[in-house]
Amino acid sequence: MQPHRERGDLDTAGFRAAILNPAAERPTSITGPNGKQAVRRFNVYRNNVTVSLIDALADIFPVVQRITGKSFFRDMAREFVRAHPPSSPLLFEYGHNFASFMETFEPAARMPYLADVARVERCWLTAYHAADTATLAPARLGEIPPDLLGDTGFAPHPATGLVRSKFAVVEIFDANRNQENVGRIRAGIPQDALVTRPGHDVAVTRLPDGQGAFFGRLIAGGTLAEAAEAGANEAGGFDITEAIGALISTGAFIAAETRDQQD
Amino acid sequence: MADPHTGHLADTPSTASTTRFAASSMLIPASAGVSFKHTHLDDILADRDPVGFFEVHAENYMGDGGFPHRALERIREDYPISLHGVCMSIGGPEPLSRDHLARFKALVDRYEPGLVSEHLAWSTHDDVFMNDLLPLPYTDETLSHVCAHIDEMQSFIGRRILLENPSTYVVFENSTISETDFIREIVSRTGCGLLLDVSNVFVSATNHGFSPLSYLMDYPLEHVCEIHLAGHAVQEDDEGETLLIDSHDTRVAEAVWNLFEIVVKQAGPVPTLVEWDSDLPAWPVLKSEAAAAERILDDVATTFLMGKRHATAS
Repeated sequence: MQPHRERGDLDTAGFRAAILNPAAERPTSITGPNGKQAVRRFNVYRNNVTVSLIDALADIFPVVQRITGKSFFRDMAREFVRAHPPSSPLLFEYGHNFASFMETFEPAARMPYLADVARVERCWLTAYHAADTATLAPARLGEIPPDLLGDTGFAPHPATGLVRSKFAVVEIFDANRNQENVGRIRAGIPQDALVTRPGHDVAVTRLPDGQGAFFGRLIAGGTLAEAAEAGANEAGGFDITEAIGALISTGAFIAAETRDQQD
Repeated sequence: MADPHTGHLADTPSTASTTRFAASSMLIPASAGVSFKHTHLDDILADRDPVGFFEVHAENYMGDGGFPHRALERIREDYPISLHGVCMSIGGPEPLSRDHLARFKALVDRYEPGLVSEHLAWSTHDDVFMNDLLPLPYTDETLSHVCAHIDEMQSFIGRRILLENPSTYVVFENSTISETDFIREIVSRTGCGLLLDVSNVFVSATNHGFSPLSYLMDYPLEHVCEIHLAGHAVQEDDEGETLLIDSHDTRVAEAVWNLFEIVVKQAGPVPTLVEWDSDLPAWPVLKSEAAAAERILDDVATTFLMGKRHATAS
């Protein structure tokens, strides 16, 4: 028996290795009809897989592609696809680690903001497909006794995402996604992007100074008091009333729960 | 996928999961339909007489919520739909994903599709998803895998499925069964129906140097419950001869229309889908392709008022 027979009549392991690595040999059982060669024939599958996955990334990260240009993007995406093929058949779940890949992709080093822009785009698509769930009703906060408000935590809406960046990610994202002509943007301004879908449409909001820390703490499960402290520590001008207003108006949360005070 | 066409819909009731689609039957007529793409949604809603049904790729609606579901709910209110799975990996030796089966069943329960189909192909190995319909050798062993998978899928989702014949570019030295015998045996063992992709027959026949008509003569036409038609691209193989690619990005070729006519004259009118999945055309172009299929279906329909279809099945 030949060794590959142990894998059964269909050598999926050999097929997969050859699909994702153009230098690998194709499985020996594959051939052309009537004694024909199968090099170009097998390459149809290689091409279908690679190109369709690159196209999927281009659909998920249109702003990144606009910034880098199509040819740069496709070269970068090809390397990513071969190193990190999807594990799920749901392609709208693909590319969660594409941003961190960009940080190690040497030719992208001159665009240090690129990875955070990709993170915003990935959050955008997650929000787009997220469950349709009602956001926290404004009246809900009023039901909580004032002395318990500080110990209240908030459950994030499934669409909610936060990208805290050293770069002007919201401005870069918005200009490249929504405007025909993009002027010069000072990339080195730190911005925090809050991604939500309060109704039907995904919103990407630039948070005022301190609210990135505030929302970050709440999304991570912290209480309102802890979040307020994080916001105040980060920015002198942090306004807790404004922040609580944003907590409601952005639709980032679906429920409020006051912790039992046991200490 | 990222979809710029969000927000085009008026508010629809958020009681989606309990909608029973009272206005539209789930049954798909023996007429022409097209792939449903979000970019055509507004045109479809504005069109008084679009097509007989719409087909969607199941995986595109496996997200939890948002615009895709609102769009499909809206279409389903007015039209029957066909649910076409692309990623179940029925043709591979590995167990089917229970998660994927559960997601598929949830769509069947929610949208009440008139037809449910999948492919004689595989796409996943060891948790790597290759996003293509990959080929398999036809042997006793692969036959038993495929039949077990179809049994599992049919019992899990509680519905009979239709199995689609593949378009292929290579052959396997270890195949011992012809594709048509393989398919016939699957039908006999699992009770599934067939989705005959006439374009795939033409593509594979050209690529492997056999006659599409001889394939169709060997193929169990009596079990066909749906037909697919799509455009293909032309390349060259290693010997510089024609190699057709099942690209779904252009109009249906003349030779495929001719084969389609031969098939429906034999099998009778069945729901027929014009597939178009990339380089999407304007709605009127896609609609005109469906109209071309409809004319052929209408031409043969009268013949089959006499029940000839069932006569040929015996």
